[in-house]
Amino acid sequence: MNMLEVNGLRVSYGGIQAVRGINFHVSEGEMVALIGANGAGKSSTLRALARLLEPAGGNVRYRGKDLLQVPPHGLVTEGIALVPEGRGVFPRMTTLENLYMGAYARSDRAAVARDLEHVLGLFPRLKERAQQVAGTLSGGEQQMLAIGRALMSKPRLLLLDEPSMGLAPIMVQKIFEVIRAVASEGMTILLVEQNAKLALEVSQRGYVMESGEITVTDESSRLLADPKVRAAYLGE
Amino acid sequence: MDTLLQQLINGLTLGAVYALVALGYTMVYGIIGLINFAHGEVVMIGTMVAFTVIVSLAGSGMPPLLILGIGLLVAVVACMVLGWGLERVAYRPLRHAPRLTPLITAIGMSIVLQNVAMIIWGRNYITFPPMIDKQIYEFGGASFTNVQVAIVVLAALVMIGLTYLVQRTRMGMAMRATAQNQHVALLMGVDINRVIAMAFIIGSALGALAGCMVGSYYEIAHYQMGFMLGLKAFTAAVLGGIGNMAGAMAGGLLLGIIEALGAGYIGDLTGNFLGSHYQDIFAFMVLIIVLMFRPSGLFGERTGDRA
Repeated sequence: MNMLEVNGLRVSYGGIQAVRGINFHVSEGEMVALIGANGAGKSSTLRALARLLEPAGGNVRYRGKDLLQVPPHGLVTEGIALVPEGRGVFPRMTTLENLYMGAYARSDRAAVARDLEHVLGLFPRLKERAQQVAGTLSGGEQQMLAIGRALMSKPRLLLLDEPSMGLAPIMVQKIFEVIRAVASEGMTILLVEQNAKLALEVSQRGYVMESGEITVTDESSRLLADPKVRAAYLGE
Repeated sequence: MDTLLQQLINGLTLGAVYALVALGYTMVYGIIGLINFAHGEVVMIGTMVAFTVIVSLAGSGMPPLLILGIGLLVAVVACMVLGWGLERVAYRPLRHAPRLTPLITAIGMSIVLQNVAMIIWGRNYITFPPMIDKQIYEFGGASFTNVQVAIVVLAALVMIGLTYLVQRTRMGMAMRATAQNQHVALLMGVDINRVIAMAFIIGSALGALAGCMVGSYYEIAHYQMGFMLGLKAFTAAVLGGIGNMAGAMAGGLLLGIIEALGAGYIGDLTGNFLGSHYQDIFAFMVLIIVLMFRPSGLFGERTGDRA
């Protein structure tokens, strides 16, 4: 079953079209990678799905529902969580407060407490930093926090925007271990990444974006082997 | 009489009022980056509404404290509605306009409210009917009244309550999150419009309370009273670091004390060339000094790049 179905999505900044009518879908339980060069429109696509930008056109169906009819602050209740590019932690709140903000729209306190334990189990580092103000965490810790915060909303669909950006290789590895672990628990994930190799290694399917359009789509393993993709995005 | 102690007491009273008004500026600025220059007028309207209620109930035989309480309550509710309406009508449509646009609109709203008040309550000074039997206490050569005690205690209680609201409640979490990153707060499911409206509503309620305090303290009200009071409270907010609530409280108290001390000693300092009616210059000297040497204020973390 398709959890997310995007048809003819367009995003414009002023007069410039960043996303030019793209179609893609994400099935339940699947991890899908959206790769492409800087400025290809990957982040714009995610931001439009999370409604940080209003799409200029197209339609988005999510679990059979017209997603563009849901008010932006209602998306999280529908089960959609975005880990934004640049992490976007609340810098003057503590790690714990940030995590609780992730559960802001939830009222099931007992389940929130269980999910907090689960998230702190995934990221033991966050437990050590629980009372620290988020602005003072390292970049990698902030990325952990941003992912943990998104998980606190108990999403059905997790949107990850450039989780490896600006992180040391060792930290990237750690973050992707957790992404893999979350996926293996059955989470549906749409991953936007500039690090195409990494993204294709963890995902089942991939879409390649170029100048606002999807140019290639296939299973990730086949994209990894595709000479054109290798030449353009894997630096070979 | 001990001037220093006396002026510290007076400054504390005045400072408590400045702090309450400054909170209204700082909460709105912290969340949408707007200096709501109409906030002083909201305070004035609060004073005027309380005045009207108190005067019309004065002959009813109710106990004076109850009348004062009703006046205060009506003023608070009226100002909450006014603050909500201001945001809705004047600022929300300009949410995505260049920063200068809402700022100028705020100044415009300030003028509109002044003129509406002038039409309703007239041009003359209004005597705010004293509802508390004034008692004077002596302490170490200085004196203070029960009205001053009531102002300081009430302001302290309200500020404690507000701190609790912002630090410990869901609404407060949403407000802090919105102030720190509006987009991400939206992702968390925070209804940004509601949070912004709440900042105006709470700030206006504090303003109404401050207005009633000013009325009870000076026993006088005027349709232009919000202008100077608003500017000084704005100065207090800048002094503390605009956008920072603890800063607004500290800045308010500090400014009240600086001003009272200035008024108490200005005669001595200038060989009686300037009298205590020049007390207003101190607030603005503070504003200029802060803007020159520490524009982010005492508690501010970021320097303002916003208009």
